Amino acid sequence: MSFVAYEELIKEGDTAILSLGHGAMVAVRVQRGAQTQTRHGVLRHSVDLIGRPFGSKILYSTDIALLTMMLELRPGSVVCESGTGSGSVSHALIRTIAPTGHLHSVEFHQQRAEKAREEFQEHRVGRWVTVRNQDVCRSGFGVSHVADAVFLDIPSPWEAVGHAWDALKVEGGRFCSFSPCIEQVQRTCQALAARGFSELSTLEVLPRVYNVRTVSLPAPDLGAGPGPEAGPDASPFRSGTPMKEAVGHTGYLTFATKTPG
Amino acid sequence: MCSKQCKSSGESKKVTFEKQWFYLDNIIGHSYGTTFEVTNGGSLQPKKKKEEPTSETKEAGTDNRNIIDDGKSQKLTQDDIKALKDKGIKGEEIVQQLIENSTTFRDKTEFAQDKYIKKKKKKYEAIITVVKPSTRILSIMYYAREPGKINHMRYDTLAQMLTLGNIRAGNKMIVMETCAGLVLGAMMERMGGFGSIIQLYPGGGPVRAATACFGFPKSFLSGLYEFPLNKVDSLLNGTFSAEMLSSEPKDSASVEESNGTLEEKQTSEQEKEDSVAEAQESHHPQEQETMEIVSQDPEYKEPKERGSKKDYIQEKQRRQEEQRKRHLEAAALLSERNADGLIVASRFHPTPLLLTLLDFVAPSRPFVVYCQYKEPLLECYTKLRERGGVINLRLSETWLRNYQVLPDRSHPKLLMSGGGGYLLSGFTVAMDNLKADPSLKSNASTLELHKTEEPAAKKRKCPESDS
Repeated sequence: MSFVAYEELIKEGDTAILSLGHGAMVAVRVQRGAQTQTRHGVLRHSVDLIGRPFGSKILYSTDIALLTMMLELRPGSVVCESGTGSGSVSHALIRTIAPTGHLHSVEFHQQRAEKAREEFQEHRVGRWVTVRNQDVCRSGFGVSHVADAVFLDIPSPWEAVGHAWDALKVEGGRFCSFSPCIEQVQRTCQALAARGFSELSTLEVLPRVYNVRTVSLPAPDLGAGPGPEAGPDASPFRSGTPMKEAVGHTGYLTFATKTPG
Repeated sequence: MCSKQCKSSGESKKVTFEKQWFYLDNIIGHSYGTTFEVTNGGSLQPKKKKEEPTSETKEAGTDNRNIIDDGKSQKLTQDDIKALKDKGIKGEEIVQQLIENSTTFRDKTEFAQDKYIKKKKKKYEAIITVVKPSTRILSIMYYAREPGKINHMRYDTLAQMLTLGNIRAGNKMIVMETCAGLVLGAMMERMGGFGSIIQLYPGGGPVRAATACFGFPKSFLSGLYEFPLNKVDSLLNGTFSAEMLSSEPKDSASVEESNGTLEEKQTSEQEKEDSVAEAQESHHPQEQETMEIVSQDPEYKEPKERGSKKDYIQEKQRRQEEQRKRHLEAAALLSERNADGLIVASRFHPTPLLLTLLDFVAPSRPFVVYCQYKEPLLECYTKLRERGGVINLRLSETWLRNYQVLPDRSHPKLLMSGGGGYLLSGFTVAMDNLKADPSLKSNASTLELHKTEEPAAKKRKCPESDS
């Protein structure tokens, strides 16, 4: 498989996504002699469920898309990130910056940091990412003046703004912080302005997904008597109806630019 | 924001932007993000940051109960202000004078004072920041300046397309766009010169006016192919031949024309865009006063010295032959039918485009179709379902909200919705040949055969085979 290049055939050790219909998906690690139970029956091939539900990643992809573009990421970009978390953003970043870029990811939770390292190895993207187990607010990103972009997804991003500045190249770069609460955004913006960041902009992007269905509304009985006129007015139509449950809020994305001088 | 071309360093070119005119000579040698102030026809470089005189205790009111709008609060007349401007007095000094001569300024609340100053600064201090082109900047710019040229594709929608389409280095992508080459440029930025892009174009040639604004290195062009959309059908049914590109006299004439005028067309389009942009400047009061400089790629530039007519004809023929060769290479790449994805964003109806172009895409690959309107995508959705060979179809839209974040004054600025367009995305899968026609089994790809033994394909799913 490989997360950073397409391959034609499945190999042992690959991560495969099984689509079970109606958007239900499951990620499996392909292994000889293993089995996978799905509601469509057993997959009689050598696959093993690692069971990493994709829910969170799907929810985030809208935000990830926007931050990737607004951070101006591209092949060759050097990016600093904290925290690593489940690695959902990390994988997206790696895909974008490969094969010449690098991701410096900081996670202060030791177990999570190790789990992420393991996963990066499993997914064979280890060469594009360095995971550091430290507190970004105290110790920074472990690199200085190398990054083109910094992405923060931590509870107190304002405490890491100074480290973000130091991690970014002297020539400058882009900053993004993801926070669910407006108070966090407020403090982050203040810290950014104080540190000399410019071009501050806070955005929120909401996905809206539609069901495609054919709808037909019954014609009302106005007492006109039964006739052939279920006619043109009441004919069925195709509609894109919003999903019942829509994403209301994930977080605010605050962007800024570092420029020299 | 406005896109301008920065020609070679020696050349002086007059540029108009936000009712100001200036020469770009002075900006050379500065880092991107540097701010300049316009003086009489040139650019200076003032300090990056002004020391805000915030330390002095400011006088301010608490509410507006005693502020009456009698139209007489400003003691300077229009003529006074014009006189100040004509004297060439610095913008910030004019702002200071306006403040001093405003009788109500001291009674305004601190927030209102802030707002007043910001408004006046915007008007009198001509500050221009020069930034580097990127998809971010250019897509925001096009959406604000020339939405019609990009089918009203909002920049967050473009961002979704790049992610949903899994655009990255090494891919072999197919794109059909009539978005001035903005979508193409965005893809090129994400691919970083690795892999290939085959652009299908309607008419006489691909429009790449926006692409030229990115200032991509020449190396990015080696993996960039183009192929005429009106030859796609013949390519799919196997009747396409090399002769089709040149032998037909009518066809060759049009190719010739496009060959000779492609760059000119792009250049003139660029100029047209610029002049339109300039004309519209006054209608965009909320615009950031930012512009980016674009180093023009020689590839996009019209040859400066044409030489004699004879040379020109020879040159034309050479280009024509070159383009024909390039078309054949593109045709060969398409015929492999193993592309890593398809991106469609055009003013044409998307359904026939998708139903046809998906045949060039390998299984387990993403595709994304943009449309300004939802209804054609509803139809496209249904038609794709009938065709099969796709999963995870998703019709979506994004809403973008902008926030003002200031102490005690945070609120949403703007809700953009509807106007940003819709996306239909999904993944390709192998067609269900085995079920439909067992005789085709021998023709099935290795991938398909593989499926029966060691089925679960990566990313391609097996709902059909299971159910």
